Amino acid sequence: MIESSLLGWIIGSVFFSSVFIMLTSLYAKDNDDIPQSIYTLLGLGGPAISLLFSAMLMLEFYQDANPFYFKAFSWLDIEGFKVDAALMLDALGVAMLSFVSFVGFIIHLYAHAYMKDDPSYARFFAWFNLFMASMFLLILADNPIMLFIGWEGVGLCSYLLISFYFESEENVEAGNKAFILNRIGDFGFLSGLALLFIYLGNTGLDFASLEANIHLIKPSTLNLIAFLLFVGAMGKSAQIPLYIWLPDAMAGPTPVSALIHAATMVTAGVYMVARFHFLYAITEEIGLFIAYVGAFSALLAALIAMRQDDIKKILAYSTMSQLGYMFMAVGLGAYSYGIFHVFTHAFFKALLFMGAGAIILVLHHEQDIKKMGALKHKMPFIFAMMLIATLSISGLPPFSGFFSKDAILNHLFASGNYPIFTMALLTAGLTSYYMFRLLLLVFISPSSKEQHLLPQNKLINITLLILSIGAIFAGLINLPAFFGGNENYSLWLNLPDAHFHLSHSTEFILLSVNITVALSGVYFAFSHYRQSSKDPSLGFLDKPIKNKFYIDEFYVMIFVKPLAWLSVFFVKVVDEKIIDAFIHKISFGYQRLSYYSDNVQNGNVRYYALYMSVGIVCIFVYLGVS
Amino acid sequence: MIDIGSFFILGILLFSIGIVGIISRRNIFVMYMSVELMLNAVNLILVALSHHYEDLNGQVMAIMIIAIAAAEASIFLALFVMLFKNAHSLDANFFELLAQEKHND
Repeated sequence: MIESSLLGWIIGSVFFSSVFIMLTSLYAKDNDDIPQSIYTLLGLGGPAISLLFSAMLMLEFYQDANPFYFKAFSWLDIEGFKVDAALMLDALGVAMLSFVSFVGFIIHLYAHAYMKDDPSYARFFAWFNLFMASMFLLILADNPIMLFIGWEGVGLCSYLLISFYFESEENVEAGNKAFILNRIGDFGFLSGLALLFIYLGNTGLDFASLEANIHLIKPSTLNLIAFLLFVGAMGKSAQIPLYIWLPDAMAGPTPVSALIHAATMVTAGVYMVARFHFLYAITEEIGLFIAYVGAFSALLAALIAMRQDDIKKILAYSTMSQLGYMFMAVGLGAYSYGIFHVFTHAFFKALLFMGAGAIILVLHHEQDIKKMGALKHKMPFIFAMMLIATLSISGLPPFSGFFSKDAILNHLFASGNYPIFTMALLTAGLTSYYMFRLLLLVFISPSSKEQHLLPQNKLINITLLILSIGAIFAGLINLPAFFGGNENYSLWLNLPDAHFHLSHSTEFILLSVNITVALSGVYFAFSHYRQSSKDPSLGFLDKPIKNKFYIDEFYVMIFVKPLAWLSVFFVKVVDEKIIDAFIHKISFGYQRLSYYSDNVQNGNVRYYALYMSVGIVCIFVYLGVS
Repeated sequence: MIDIGSFFILGILLFSIGIVGIISRRNIFVMYMSVELMLNAVNLILVALSHHYEDLNGQVMAIMIIAIAAAEASIFLALFVMLFKNAHSLDANFFELLAQEKHND
């Protein structure tokens, strides 16, 4: 353990830049003379410094593999129960920090280019930096309580950023939806923490002591804790049944979507499960449950994404689907593969969102892919970038997504959970289908009308280029033995993965199956959307898929409507007719009473004299009696 | 020699008459006279007790009270003159400035 205050400053620099932006913009409310460059300097400077510090620490960690520790202050110290405001950076933290700080910074650069004409530029960067700070806190936390602060912080910032364009009610509703569903998840997470506190509160709540003492809890309680913590992850990482906020979260500006989906927020759930690996490693039923939730989420999201028309919503569902993969991996004990997929996913998903954002900007904020088409020659660079990202997410070699997805699929097969494996494989095929549908509809398929294009932004293209390098090569860091590597990344992460052996021939067959499935998805997409921009019918599945399986409507019917009805009942009947009526009666009674007692104080001296003499008589009678 | 109890009875009677006078009469002059009556009832008892215990302190106190009552009288009478000049009334019920304003509800 090395003490290093740099850990604190990774969070501090983005946090303080956020605070400074808030203060400056508050000051600027009355003085319009603050140039935007100041906000740019603060907004980009904070993440840049964080990136620098993270890089320094990560380099040092890479050399001697010694975790860093930083204790800011002792937060709680009550009779043996101790919680420190402490940060810690180990291999898992480095794995997360590497892409959060890097991709986060690139998205900040992109956001500067994307948002520079927005009147709320300052507000945007204040929330954006706070978002990064919360995510850093979540990653670097030394105990679950610090983690929870970051956890709530990203929830808050996602709410603020999703409803960033609050002038429109739809966006505010989307923000509320995200916040409320996250709160439901957080409730589970908090209950899990409370149980941990009850059982292990007096032996220390930091991750190291939890890991050392986890065996003190009996297995049934452990299962409950593991489940409750995962409920939190369901909300944060948009899994069934708490996923419906994610597609609506597209109401925010595109950089926000990129940040939520690539670097921060949704990966928090996977990270949390990996961080609690010592807990999930001994609760296998819950692990299996997580894997099934992931599998169903992945499949459902992929199905829905097949027939969506909003470019950002397709990407949102693809994120949910990819998160499903990650949960399948961590649920079945392949923590390092899960984190590895988080890592590669950050690059290609950020690239996809930023490419989509670039297209949206060029097309005057048009998001409907049905209205796009034949843009390949008009923006060849963005096409190339989107192609790289699409190939990567489809899991085609040699792009980064291939390696991480292949590792997960192999693990699923090797672990013997064939239903999960089948769903994952099906999802892989669907993924390549809907991603290529998107690509073809935007860039290749014939366009019906003439489009007027705005010029492209240089800075945006540069950021895309940087990320595309990651999207191509990020997979190489964990080259499996089959390709002549030795899984450096997994070894280095040093998480207690469940290992299953597969013979080389099996691996080869799996590999070819995976690639074939992905390619067949590509083929189906190509065979149709090259010439036409109309969707072919999917038979009886057509309508449910287009309507997202009516799940939003279902939730509205099951939860929202009864709640609304109940609150109307409480307002109109219980509050007005019962509680208010009762209180009005009481207050009316007091009013009558005061009307009568008012006569006593009539200002007439003679009456006062009478009261006095009555009082004196009473006193004397009392004295005489006693 | 008159029994001291008789003095007490007379004092209490005078005092009670004073109190009843204050409470029941509306004329400020009469109310003032009742106050004087109460003072003198106390004086009477003080003097009687002083005689009974053969201690002059009670008589000194009574003379003090008579002197102060005389001073009071001048202030009271001046106040009454001012009251009558301002309000053209010496009815005690008329002066209800201490009461809170009545709402007609």
